[in-house]
Amino acid sequence: MSDAALGAVAREHEHHDATGAKIGMWLFLFTEFLLFGGLFLLYAVYRTKFPADFHFAATTLDVRLGTVNTAILLTSSLTMVLSVAAHERDNRKLSTAFLALTMLLGLAFLVNKYFEWSTKIDHGLFPGAAELATHAPGEKLFYGLYYAMTGLHGLHVLIGIAVMAFVLPVAARRPRRRVRLGTQSASRLALTAEAGGELWAETPEDAVDEIEVSFLYEHNEELAKRDRIVVENTGLYWHLVDIVWIFLFPLFYLIT
Amino acid sequence: MAIDIGAAEVSYLEHRGVHRGIASWVLSTDHKRIGILYLTSLLSFFAVGVLIGILMRLELIAPGETLVSARVYNSMFTLHGMIMIFLFIIPGIPAAFGNFFLPILIGAKDVAFPRLNLLSWWVYVAGATLAVLSLFSGGGAPDTGWTFYAPYSLRTGTNVTLAVFAAFVLGFSSILTGINFVTTIHRLRAPGMSWFRLPLFVWSLYATAWVQVLATPILALTLMLVMLERIVGLGLFDAARGGDPLLYQHLFWIYSHPAVYIMILPAMGVVSEIIPTFSRQKIFGYKAIAFSSLAIAFVGYLVWGHHMYTSGMSDTARWVFSLLTFLVAVPSGIKVFNWVATLYKGAIDLAPPLLYTLSFIFLFMIGGFTGLISGALATNLHIHDTAFVVGHFHYVMFGGTGFMLFAALLYWFPKMFGRMVPARPMWLAWLLMFIGFNALYFPMLILGWMGMPRRYYDYLPRFQPLNVVSTAGSWVLALGLAVFFVTLWRARRHGEIAPANPWGGSTLEWQIASPPPVENFERIPVIERGPYEYGEIPPVE
Amino acid sequence: MTALGTYVKVWLALIALTGLTVTAAGLHLGSLSVLAAILIASVKSSLVLSFFMNLRSEERVFKVMLGVAMATMAVIMLLTFVDVWYR
Repeated sequence: MSDAALGAVAREHEHHDATGAKIGMWLFLFTEFLLFGGLFLLYAVYRTKFPADFHFAATTLDVRLGTVNTAILLTSSLTMVLSVAAHERDNRKLSTAFLALTMLLGLAFLVNKYFEWSTKIDHGLFPGAAELATHAPGEKLFYGLYYAMTGLHGLHVLIGIAVMAFVLPVAARRPRRRVRLGTQSASRLALTAEAGGELWAETPEDAVDEIEVSFLYEHNEELAKRDRIVVENTGLYWHLVDIVWIFLFPLFYLIT
Repeated sequence: MAIDIGAAEVSYLEHRGVHRGIASWVLSTDHKRIGILYLTSLLSFFAVGVLIGILMRLELIAPGETLVSARVYNSMFTLHGMIMIFLFIIPGIPAAFGNFFLPILIGAKDVAFPRLNLLSWWVYVAGATLAVLSLFSGGGAPDTGWTFYAPYSLRTGTNVTLAVFAAFVLGFSSILTGINFVTTIHRLRAPGMSWFRLPLFVWSLYATAWVQVLATPILALTLMLVMLERIVGLGLFDAARGGDPLLYQHLFWIYSHPAVYIMILPAMGVVSEIIPTFSRQKIFGYKAIAFSSLAIAFVGYLVWGHHMYTSGMSDTARWVFSLLTFLVAVPSGIKVFNWVATLYKGAIDLAPPLLYTLSFIFLFMIGGFTGLISGALATNLHIHDTAFVVGHFHYVMFGGTGFMLFAALLYWFPKMFGRMVPARPMWLAWLLMFIGFNALYFPMLILGWMGMPRRYYDYLPRFQPLNVVSTAGSWVLALGLAVFFVTLWRARRHGEIAPANPWGGSTLEWQIASPPPVENFERIPVIERGPYEYGEIPPVE
Repeated sequence: MTALGTYVKVWLALIALTGLTVTAAGLHLGSLSVLAAILIASVKSSLVLSFFMNLRSEERVFKVMLGVAMATMAVIMLLTFVDVWYR
């Protein structure tokens, strides 16, 4: 490939640095980690203050339901990583299928959560309820934290599912952006996308007749890489949501 | 010395992109245009904040109700704080000058995530809109102070919920900028631009960006909980439900103390750019200054408890936090000594940017020393919640960051707009601002020491003389600000055409045209030297 | 590329550890039970981090950054408890 065409590739893709995108994603995950970290800090303080109340309040939570939900979320992490791996192996169909499966498992988690919350609410165990007002202060805090933490986590699951809905077509597509290389005037060489729009134009000095095939290949490969990083970053987010639950589960359900 | 950056293109101001008119600004992903967007919006909010400040000083010209009622005064200091902190000084230098110059300084064409960058500005605008809405909806303008302390913030009938949500949204904008800058500095440095060839402003932005990423989420969480407390009565900060209001203060300051370093670190970075340029010397102690930025960012996480000495926190925590607070003095001192050492035996050119920078050092030192008094446990008990604290943080934030923002404007204005700023009016503006500033805030230090509490619309008659001085100072300061900004506004159209390198600077932004071309560099430069090598720079044009 | 079998093995380990933590909670180990729960959760999340999130084969900068974030959280926890423990 000539220098001119190489330059065009570089310009088209200089803003799409896979490692950079991943660093950005990890930094975002750190903000999520600290967001939940603040809540874990509150939990730790109140737990230290009211250990007995916390233990007592935790007995009302359904361990079986919690365990099932843990298994669901762990499995969804597996299907997520398999989706990423399938995409890496260029198997778009399998990748999409696993992604859809991950969404379903996420939904199952939320359905369980819904039943769990509504049982609690039916029993008058929610902030502001007359029933809860009669309980010990530590129990009120336990439920306050329970709703805040599982609620915020549930919100993240919901957001994750929504994100996956957007990523589904990205994972499924095989980018074939056709570009055409040709001369527009006597000496001006231009690269145009089939959909319209000039990607690059120059007046090269050297001959460029054998460019086309290799350039197309590089270009599509680059687009595929961009899709891959989207799928991968979705995975990173989903695993973080899983990790948060890995800590929430024992801290709320298993301290009886 | 010449760096190969190719032929100049059309400037970013004249470039005709996809959009026209105002859309070519508010939909632009060009880091330079976004920097200007931020600059205009945050200076507009600064004007509003100043106006409220002047009105507050007017109320305090005499004891008793002079101008506004106690309740309105409470809303005014809340609003003044919210605007100045969340809308002006936190985005401040990083969002305006960081956006504009970070990519140029490291030899890149843009930030790592240009669209995210534009989003961050839109989120900022959304947050600002919500903040304005909170004044006129619900129970009216919040009256809690910008700190939203529980339990009052949970009980007051004013529209704290929306105001808190506004700050929450603004936090997102800050996080997006942080993520963008860290990634940019890691990934987009030009070939040869090693970590120790980065200009020191970039180092300070790097440290700041990390604080934005790792502290802001705690604020987001805290404010979210305040909203939940008000809406569903969660009870986590409510003593009546077993909660602990002190934990609110902990969480709030876990963010808000590091946030102080979000405000001051970039300003220190600008100092490290201006001083070498105007003393024509290589910066003294490059690595010490670079690492002290990281050290300040880190130590910033260890000292939040010094805002809570009188809150009922444990005695152990009080002395531990006091001890840790003194650590901040070390990296700050390192910076000041290195700046002074850079000036020593330099060929000093006292142009306006340097003048404002030197007054930064002076004012920041007063801020720093009064900070020692505030940070030491024993003396803090005497001055806690008095006008002394107000004087202290205005010396640091306004005398520090504010003056450096002005210095940055003077230094980089020719590059940003391609026009020179006339020096003479800026000397006048400096004189007015410097006198006005000290007349405004120094009396507060004395008043606080005498025992005048902060956040009251009223005071004992014996405090009046100094309050009159302070109020008069606010007028002089305002006059200085007016001269400053009118001069800038006129220079934008009528200033002399600026050359590429009016100050003889040696960093990359001075190697490209003024105003910069759309893509900054036609060819990405290859860096072969440190940022402040003055020996090889051609003399001032 | 990590073999698909590895992911399945990691998943099996995660499920097994979940079983372990539920069992351990039933044993009434007193104050040790919290420690056990946290310990198991940490092992589980490091498995997710290093395999599912692929941290183990990332560049060093990712690990350093994660370390910075975790250290920050640890410092915040510790200093808050300097108040809580002694109040």
